[in-house]
Amino acid sequence: MTTAVPLTTATTDLVAEKPTTASIAKKRLSRPWASLTAIVIAVLWTLPTFGLLVSSFRPERAIKTTGWWTFFSNPTLTLENYRAVFNADTGVNLGNFFVNSLVICIPSVLIPLCLAALSAYAFAWIKFPGRDLLFLAIIALQIVPLQVTLVPLLELYVHAHLTGTFWTLWLSHSTFALPLAIYLLHNFIKEVPPTLIEAARVDGAGHVAIFFKVMLPLLTPALAAFGIFQFLWVWNDLLVALTFAGGGDSVAPITLQLANLSGTRGTAWQLLSAGAFVSIAVPVTVFLLLQRYFVRGLLAGSVKG
Amino acid sequence: MFTPVTTTPEKILQMLAALLLFAAVMGVILFFAGRFGGRRGDRVVGYLYLAPAIVMLSVGLVYPGLRTIYQSFLNAAGNAFIGLDNYKTIFTDHDQLTVLRNTVFWVLITPLVATGVGMLYAILVDQSRFESFAKALIFLPMSISFVAASVIWKFVYEYRVDQARVKQIGLVNQIIVWLGGKPQQFLIDSPLNTFLLIVVMIWIQAGFAMTILSAAIKAIPDDIIEAARLDGVGSWGMFRNITLPSIRPAVVVVLTTIGIGTLKVFDIVRTMTGGQFNTSVIANEFYSQTFRADNQGLGSALAVLLFILVVPIIYYNVRQVRQSEAR
Repeated sequence: MTTAVPLTTATTDLVAEKPTTASIAKKRLSRPWASLTAIVIAVLWTLPTFGLLVSSFRPERAIKTTGWWTFFSNPTLTLENYRAVFNADTGVNLGNFFVNSLVICIPSVLIPLCLAALSAYAFAWIKFPGRDLLFLAIIALQIVPLQVTLVPLLELYVHAHLTGTFWTLWLSHSTFALPLAIYLLHNFIKEVPPTLIEAARVDGAGHVAIFFKVMLPLLTPALAAFGIFQFLWVWNDLLVALTFAGGGDSVAPITLQLANLSGTRGTAWQLLSAGAFVSIAVPVTVFLLLQRYFVRGLLAGSVKG
Repeated sequence: MFTPVTTTPEKILQMLAALLLFAAVMGVILFFAGRFGGRRGDRVVGYLYLAPAIVMLSVGLVYPGLRTIYQSFLNAAGNAFIGLDNYKTIFTDHDQLTVLRNTVFWVLITPLVATGVGMLYAILVDQSRFESFAKALIFLPMSISFVAASVIWKFVYEYRVDQARVKQIGLVNQIIVWLGGKPQQFLIDSPLNTFLLIVVMIWIQAGFAMTILSAAIKAIPDDIIEAARLDGVGSWGMFRNITLPSIRPAVVVVLTTIGIGTLKVFDIVRTMTGGQFNTSVIANEFYSQTFRADNQGLGSALAVLLFILVVPIIYYNVRQVRQSEAR
């Protein structure tokens, strides 16, 4: 069962990498099968995206008459599809929705981030009556599904004459983000050594100074993690956008336009393929550049329970 | 500033104005907080820091939630009290029962398969030379929207009329043709279509499972592994007796997190079938009843049901995590 490894490399292996149960299980699983299974999974997970990506660069006629795999025997490349989805004349006009998505995202990330940092600080380091009860209540709100809030919230926006504006989306996304954000940042903020804060207080610093000079620099990784999390969530959202921005093109995000396109022109693959990749480009870039923070946030958020 | 805008410069201007307004509010809060020094001012500072979050959560989450619960006892137009009739409809109406059945399929299958694939893959690529690249491949679907994922998979399932000289452009149907079968209109074929939609969710969630479980596997203490190895434990034994018990809390968290996410799945169903052909689930039905069929009472009841169903999953999660911490 065990694979024969020359002694010299075996010893360096022991020093270089710690064996984990997984690596041992895998080694005993006889390597070729393990590698083959991993490759099969990786291919299954990549192929659907790859097929659509290839298609997005093929001419309309080619997409609609032959499979994308024939591209390799008969390659014809064009950027026409990408030009078409940004063109207002095709009725897609993704540029407009791309701007909307950005305009929706930036405040919807910054606002809850600031508010949650302040709240988390208050919960962790300031003593006031009712603190624990309030904290518990806010954490419990994490389990409320968005669906429960949408209709009454829409009525409130109608009363406030905010329908058709970005405010509906900014306010909704910011509110929905708060329970998780406060929980995550609180987990992080309470790990700061109390001596740091005591020292600052002895020096005469108030809570404002402590928050900005001591906490904020320490909090940067946690803020980055949640910021990315929230950005991906808002950029990829469909439900909130449909509910509050379903009516008009002037505030609808790119996901909404892509969903509409898929519904009304489900066979226009030249537009759908290019459109899908335009909408994917931003979150994938953010994710690839900031993967480390994102994974850290994911681990902090879920495993601590 | 609070009116609809249409051009790009106007939009950006409104965004900047909103951010400035927010900064001003924060400035006022911090200004007042700064005036209360010493331990006695603490409670004022605490409430000041929390005020915006509490106001937003009360108005934007607690009040709407309570109002939806109230509305779930009203009729379609929301003007007459009908008791539990909406809930009765959910559990007796033929279409609604299909919705419930589909939701059960989604919530049972997705977490189990996604977690299984994620765990298997995490073990297989652990400490291989291409580990981070291999993981990124599986993880990437997590960063894209459900809508884009649905478009990607709709293309995989695409069907062309089965005639001479008409070629299939969807991968699955082409493979069927290569194997000598007849192409299928997968998305209208119930109940198969529900399972094909579930595949999309599994495709998205496996990366999440893999990431969390991989971290848990790497955190298993070396001495345990070493001891088991010296005892000559085989690979299956290692997995069953060491790996699985050690990562059990993480597995529970992954299962429940994916389960809750799946319960609320809406985008995939709406984008791929629009809930037609017997593919609707609770979250999609909520949207259709509320905004399409204008049946606010039933829509609210479906939303409340969603809420009720989340609770036992969370309860299980918390209990399991508590137990493993106590041990």
